[in-house]
Amino acid sequence: MINHDEPVAGEMLPILQGHSSAGRLERVLRAGHFAVTTELAPPDSANPNDVYERAHIFDGYVDAMNATDGSGANCHMSSVAMCALLTRIGYAPIMQVSCRDKNRIAIQGDVLGAAAMGVSNVLCLTGDGVQAGDHPEAKPVFDLDCMSLLETIRGMRDKSEFISGRKLSDPPKVLLGAASNPFAPPHDFRPYRLAKKITAGAQFIQTNYCFDLPRFKEFMARSRDLGLLEKIFILPGVGPMASAKTATWIRNNVPGIHIPDSVIKRLAGAADQKQEGQDICVELMQQLTEIEGVSGIHVMAYRQENSVADIIKRSGVLQGRMPWYPGRDEQLMQESATK
Amino acid sequence: MYKVRLWAVRHAGSFQSIYNVFEKTLVFLHPAMKKVGYQRLEKPMAKLEQLCKGLLFDCKMCGQCALSATGMSCSMNCPKNLRNGPCGGVRQNGNCEVKEDMRCVWVEAWQGSQKMDKEEDNQIHIVQLPVNHAQQGSSAWLRKVKEIVQYQEPMSK
Repeated sequence: MINHDEPVAGEMLPILQGHSSAGRLERVLRAGHFAVTTELAPPDSANPNDVYERAHIFDGYVDAMNATDGSGANCHMSSVAMCALLTRIGYAPIMQVSCRDKNRIAIQGDVLGAAAMGVSNVLCLTGDGVQAGDHPEAKPVFDLDCMSLLETIRGMRDKSEFISGRKLSDPPKVLLGAASNPFAPPHDFRPYRLAKKITAGAQFIQTNYCFDLPRFKEFMARSRDLGLLEKIFILPGVGPMASAKTATWIRNNVPGIHIPDSVIKRLAGAADQKQEGQDICVELMQQLTEIEGVSGIHVMAYRQENSVADIIKRSGVLQGRMPWYPGRDEQLMQESATK
Repeated sequence: MYKVRLWAVRHAGSFQSIYNVFEKTLVFLHPAMKKVGYQRLEKPMAKLEQLCKGLLFDCKMCGQCALSATGMSCSMNCPKNLRNGPCGGVRQNGNCEVKEDMRCVWVEAWQGSQKMDKEEDNQIHIVQLPVNHAQQGSSAWLRKVKEIVQYQEPMSK
């Protein structure tokens, strides 16, 4: 999708009628295209080029990149700083905000700052517990939960006020996202929790790794029965597993990830496990696009970022579309001129 | 106590009925309590509340009780203090992500809620406000009565 009002890198797109943000992700979703997002692992460094290099890998394949906020409770470059760097050159990051490390004063300040720097998408998360990461001795904050975080930012955007009621002179125009994990108990409650998130302000959902298709289909069917699918864009999460050993480790050690035995068995039985992991991912993506209410896909390939472009290409989910990246439009123009 | 707390959730329906009667009694007693003075009642009432609810629900005295919306499973026992439902980290056996040997407070809450009001009226579906940490340690019962009375008074005028 080419926007004819594309600004020079670093400046904001105009906000279209009925849109809540100036972001390209919202435009892609509302135009009915199948959106593709991915996860950008933040560097353990103070070098901006580390961020740019990690982002360039996805050029032409993703509509937005999630800048994670201390994912797995491990310390890395902050999501707000990563987003500030990415928006400088025009990228469309999704700023993840976790409730684990910051109280309401810090979070609201970050949201204002991020929006001022051109961040158009915010993903509201509870966050993994500190025990999961490399600083288990840290104080967990959890002043807000993901639900009250959604409500808080929606209040800032739509009512132009902080939780305290104090007014903002310019509200942060952001698209609000939330996570959902249909694979964790209590399974019956998960669609209701999605309903709650929509009530609290969520406009798009990214899910955890989706390996258990029957479970996901059941979740979607229940959500449809509750009338939720028209109200939200759902992007199930997928990703390649490097080997059966990695998959088993992730299942046992990373909170909230459910990988059925059948997937691990298939990986273990393959001659080239890494390749098999990618094949499984491609197949899942193709199957997920067929499910009613799926508006896009979220590819998480931690330490396999180089394979993301290939996986997306092979899955065919972009249907010939080339998402924006810095320099794309110039390149397309040059190509059409030389033809 | 962990075991008592699990037992209380299993009897969430009975506790809801008991609480409803208790709340009505407190509202009935409002004129008397007003005479004594709510401020004077605050300390003894908070103590009593801590004793009862601490024993039954492992109450953490957040001062804005949400037990009616959490299937009688106190959500302040969740290591992440979640007030609106389970996080994505719940283990496949229904235990907590952070405390491996504890049942997830929200898995319990969902089970408890099934014993309470019917689906559409069940308060578990209501989005809860962020916790007001300034109310920590105060009596949620008295606060509730004052809210109800305030709501009723303009209507009766």
